[in-house]
Amino acid sequence: MGLAGLLVAGCQPDADILKQQAVPGDTLPSNFPTPAYALETNPPDRATFELGRTLFYDPRLSRTGDVSCGSCHQQFVAFAHADHRVSHGVDGLLGPRNAPALQNLRWRRELLWDGGAKNLETMPLAPLTNPVEMDETLDNVLKKLNADADYQRRFAKIYGKSPIDSYQFLRALAQFTAALTSANSRYDHHVRGEAGGQLSEPELHGRALLAQKCTPCHSTDLFTDETYRNNGLDREFSADSGRAHITNVTQDRGLFKVPSLRNVTKTAPYMHDGRFATLAEVLAHYDHGVQVSPTLDPLLRRPNGQLGIPLTAQEQADLLAFLETLTDTEFLQDRRLAERQ
Amino acid sequence: MKFSLPTFWVAAVAILFSLAGCDDKEKDAQPAVGTLDVEMEHVVGNRALALNTTTYTNPVSNEQFTISRFNYYVSNVKLQKADGTEYAQPESYYLVQESDAESKHLHFKDIPTGDYTGISFVVGVDSARNTAGAQTGALDVNNNMFWSWNTGYIFFKMEGNLLASSSYPAKTFLMHVGGFTKPYNAVRTVKLTFPSSNLLVRADHSPELHLKADALKVLNGPQPIQLGTFMGAHMPGSNAMQVANNYAAGMFSVEHIHAN
Repeated sequence: MGLAGLLVAGCQPDADILKQQAVPGDTLPSNFPTPAYALETNPPDRATFELGRTLFYDPRLSRTGDVSCGSCHQQFVAFAHADHRVSHGVDGLLGPRNAPALQNLRWRRELLWDGGAKNLETMPLAPLTNPVEMDETLDNVLKKLNADADYQRRFAKIYGKSPIDSYQFLRALAQFTAALTSANSRYDHHVRGEAGGQLSEPELHGRALLAQKCTPCHSTDLFTDETYRNNGLDREFSADSGRAHITNVTQDRGLFKVPSLRNVTKTAPYMHDGRFATLAEVLAHYDHGVQVSPTLDPLLRRPNGQLGIPLTAQEQADLLAFLETLTDTEFLQDRRLAERQ
Repeated sequence: MKFSLPTFWVAAVAILFSLAGCDDKEKDAQPAVGTLDVEMEHVVGNRALALNTTTYTNPVSNEQFTISRFNYYVSNVKLQKADGTEYAQPESYYLVQESDAESKHLHFKDIPTGDYTGISFVVGVDSARNTAGAQTGALDVNNNMFWSWNTGYIFFKMEGNLLASSSYPAKTFLMHVGGFTKPYNAVRTVKLTFPSSNLLVRADHSPELHLKADALKVLNGPQPIQLGTFMGAHMPGSNAMQVANNYAAGMFSVEHIHAN
């Protein structure tokens, strides 16, 4: 099969057709670190990607048949949920947390705000079975898929055996979620020395400020160090203990995964509970809103005893200007990632 | 020794390649293997385990209880040889469930022939497979032994009902043990020595190893559990560790060996 594929590719004269046929995200961006979910783990393949895409947008995966993954993860806002503070599940139920953007998941060792999901393939089990999200059982999902002639045919063609099982379902879905690669923002073109990578003086200043004031948390070209931190939102965490919910360790109370800053101007509202509607509010929080608690991140405690990261109005403006350069329109508008019409 | 025809030819060709130019050692190079059947026998003290229908007594507290579910993973099986070496079974994952008689019968194939002195296995699933993504067979995440919100396998499940007494009301109890990271790593390895004689694996006979799993030891272990006050276990944490420490300490024992 592999050899035949190579031979066919070698005979294909039109590079543009090849580009069209490629699976989104099947090439690793040169400015990104090594991925957690290697390409070889689940080699991108057009038919499987398309199957994953169908699954992602299929509301039948929920108990009520009206909530799909795509319901709370909309492409035009980097697969976050526009204007929704917290997730909206079946029967209008609200979850406790903000639906995060889905992008560059291939580079994530742990997923969800608390890191409870430890592999891209098994991550969908959380929203699928959560009573306030899709509220369905894996068993029922498989029953529905196996009762659908189109799914039967597509799965059988790829995996060569029936019935459709959890392995096939989760692997196919992961082909789509792993494909959600955002690496073509103006910033990316800039760092890769490509055309269209011009940054203005304020943007360049904002970039330097970010490196100086917002790292190591928002470091690397993924703009997250993948750690869990308490960024001073609250003094106590009885409503949501965050990382401690997973680890059962007191020192993890109030810690949440550091989110990426990519497409951040699109992914409002912000924070694990969606409490801030604008990035200006987020910067104001770091400047003068940080609350003290036993697990507050040491980086937010200054030597003079004050809390947070002081930012002048000019610095805030320049940071916002730089964050705009992380918007990847190509990703937000890639028709291959959209729901099939 | 029984070989399917294709297996024979693959092996023969491989041997020809590997031994080209060497002395004729074909007979030594043929891996001599046999089979071993392991039967898991579930008991509660000196009585057989029967789901739902039989009332047992907790020796810790004299509480009366029934058991409705009794499941566990056996993985990473190793067999210790009399010569001091060890055989580690590849792809070694088994889900044993009291409700499924077939699952209590573990059939091991391709065990190198030899005299074995003991067996060890993990009760649960190693950390690598806990984070490896979608799996098939015993590790299928649709086996009702996988946590979705804090992804990882449930190594052990014992559920049941505590019967009411004059001092406490009836309640259900739930012991779901899992977790593979510090400080709540509940992965436990059990090592058992064959008591009287070695277990002989030969190409021409299939021994049967009968292991006993005593559910009472889950309660009556180094960290005794009173069902009336135990808050249950349903996530990685100290309660899961308590249950794991108990079952690791003495739930499994060698009942007997049929040499066959």
